[in-house]
Amino acid sequence: MSGEAYLTEYPAIAARLPGVDLPWLQGFRKQALQDFGVSGFPGNREEEWRYTNLSALNKTLFAPSASQNVDEDWLNQYSLDDAASVVLVNGQFSASLSRLQDLSAQVSVSSLKQALQDRPAWLESRLGQAVTSAEHNLVAFNNAWFADGVVIEVVAKQQLDRPVQILHVVTQADALAATRNLFVLNEEAEAEIIETYVGSVGSYFTASVNECLLGRNAGLTLYKVQLEAEKAQHFGGTYVKQARDSRFNHHNFALGSGLARSDIHTGLDTAAECSLNGLFVAGKRQHIDNHTRINHLKPHGISREFYKGVLDNKARGVFQGRVIVAEDAQQTDSEMNNRNLLLSADAEVDTKPQLEIYADDVKCSHGVTVGQLEEKSVFYLQSRGLDEEAARNILTFAFANEMVDKVENAELKALLLKELLERFPAISL
Amino acid sequence: MLSIKNLHVTINDKPILKGLTLDINPGEVHAIMGPNGAGKSTLSHVLSGKAGYTVTEGSVTYNGKDLLELAPEIRAREGVFLAFQYPVEIPGVSNIYLLKAALNAMRKHQGLPEVDAMDFLTIVKSKVKLLQMDEKFLYRAVNEGFSGGEKKRNEILQAAILEPKLCILDETDSGLDIDALRIVSEGVNSLRNAERSFLMITHYQRLLDYIKPDVVHVLADGKIVKSGGPELALELEERGYSWLEGQAA
Ligand SMILES: Nc1ncnc2c1ncn2[C@@H]1O[C@H](COP(=O)(O)OP(=O)(O)O)[C@@H](O)[C@H]1O
Ligand SMILES: [Mg+2]
Repeated sequence: MSGEAYLTEYPAIAARLPGVDLPWLQGFRKQALQDFGVSGFPGNREEEWRYTNLSALNKTLFAPSASQNVDEDWLNQYSLDDAASVVLVNGQFSASLSRLQDLSAQVSVSSLKQALQDRPAWLESRLGQAVTSAEHNLVAFNNAWFADGVVIEVVAKQQLDRPVQILHVVTQADALAATRNLFVLNEEAEAEIIETYVGSVGSYFTASVNECLLGRNAGLTLYKVQLEAEKAQHFGGTYVKQARDSRFNHHNFALGSGLARSDIHTGLDTAAECSLNGLFVAGKRQHIDNHTRINHLKPHGISREFYKGVLDNKARGVFQGRVIVAEDAQQTDSEMNNRNLLLSADAEVDTKPQLEIYADDVKCSHGVTVGQLEEKSVFYLQSRGLDEEAARNILTFAFANEMVDKVENAELKALLLKELLERFPAISL
Repeated sequence: MLSIKNLHVTINDKPILKGLTLDINPGEVHAIMGPNGAGKSTLSHVLSGKAGYTVTEGSVTYNGKDLLELAPEIRAREGVFLAFQYPVEIPGVSNIYLLKAALNAMRKHQGLPEVDAMDFLTIVKSKVKLLQMDEKFLYRAVNEGFSGGEKKRNEILQAAILEPKLCILDETDSGLDIDALRIVSEGVNSLRNAERSFLMITHYQRLLDYIKPDVVHVLADGKIVKSGGPELALELEERGYSWLEGQAA
């Protein structure tokens, strides 16, 4: 059965997971373990996993690692100087690498382990509010296996005085890094958080879940920069609960890994707004799956979604964009767009926008394109003296750069530009 | 400078150019006129190396080299410039980026170092002024959302900066109002010198009022059917093309 080896291994691991002394958390994990035990990792028979095959997770038993070894010079290239940082090494908080000193007292940032010690009751009433094991079995897996993570809370009416970067780094071969993050923005609070996923070894498994609870009129900008190593398996889910008038801006840059799946799900109360931007770039035999769900629960919500994909060689991309407008969610204003560029005949993209509208007075649109570089554009650049490869790189870079351009954090933007230019070397100006 | 001999070109086996012969010396301005569908743009595309055309017979020699053997970008770096009849929009690539990348590609080909950033801006700004364009155009995506006239002006701006040896203008006058036509023509005239040659494709004689050609050719049904001085253009204006069609030069 799928996931069997993990279940067999679990009792040996459980004692080392945080929260053994918290009955509510034990109950939470037990339930998740039961759910996971029914069918293991999600399979292709499930509609929302049709395009993504997780069999690699059964071929290797990825196991937690206590190693805190990191080549700091290597890690530094991904670290944003202007941000406070939380570093998770092989799924465990590293106090020595993290930089949290200069955050104001209005903000609490700590490891999940620490938070479980300091304020278990606060966590008890929040963990599992934005997503449950019922979502799918990778969430169940995370619920049972998470070993650490980051908890950020911003006091009402306050804002993070600088962005917080969560550097999720794996340095141990065949490691399992199961992390759980909780971002709580109270009323009118504001924050900018940047998740960065990197790895210095070939094969490993990242299983990460974020829950974001946004209070009334709160605003969260969350960036995900997925630069996992070439053979890594990556699951990262972000589940958001948006109170009235809140704003959620997400930017999903999926550039790395062998196989990656992102869930970005949000539920909007009255007049809440969300914008989901995404760029997935895959080559070789990479597989990148993006699954988004925007649930308009109440009236006057606004959602904007724009994803772009660039697929080369034998890579495969997936975009599933679901927008649900509940009967009660009148005057919803929703736009979804997915544009894909195929650079090779063997590359493939499956794009599936799904609109489920139960209200009658709404404005919803969606559009999808799959295309190739235009030969007349390539020729135009060649006629100006650029060789064909440079011409193709420039055009591809320009296509992808539209999403990087939306990034307001200058340091992050520079990092992303560097990554893009490595993939599509064009002359930089 | 350019010698086209008995050029035959097909598109998907359909003959378009059927034995075209044309010689251009350094510093000369040649105008090619002709009815729609005569093969004028085909000629400009074959000279600049666009894919999709098959040369079945004939030769093109450019400064002693077999032009047809060269990749499009090498032709450009060797000084062949085509101002497109329909300039292409390139979203996400700014005008100034393309100008700099193109100029540096030329310079590299000539064994010159990359252009100094300040010098480059100075050159570009002076040419922008010459064509009476707004500097904002430099930072906009290439041709994206430009009006027809703005696109044509932008082509000439590129020519002014890249300083080609052979400048092919494919209906640069179409879509221009009278003021724009004057400005573009002044831009082109300022590029004229003893070495630089022009092949000016047009439909209307009105462009030739502004840019005086040395030779006027009529291209009809894939061949040059008549050549003459500037007065030929006036005659065409009066009599149209029909009296020449089916005739050999
Ligand atoms: N891609 C193409 N496929 C088939 N026929 C073409 C193509 N491009 C041009 N033609 C044909 O070639 C002939 C010459 O076209 P063109 O060179 O554009 O003429 P002009 O510029 O003189 O108006 C026309 O009959 C046109 O229909
Ligand atoms: Mg034409």
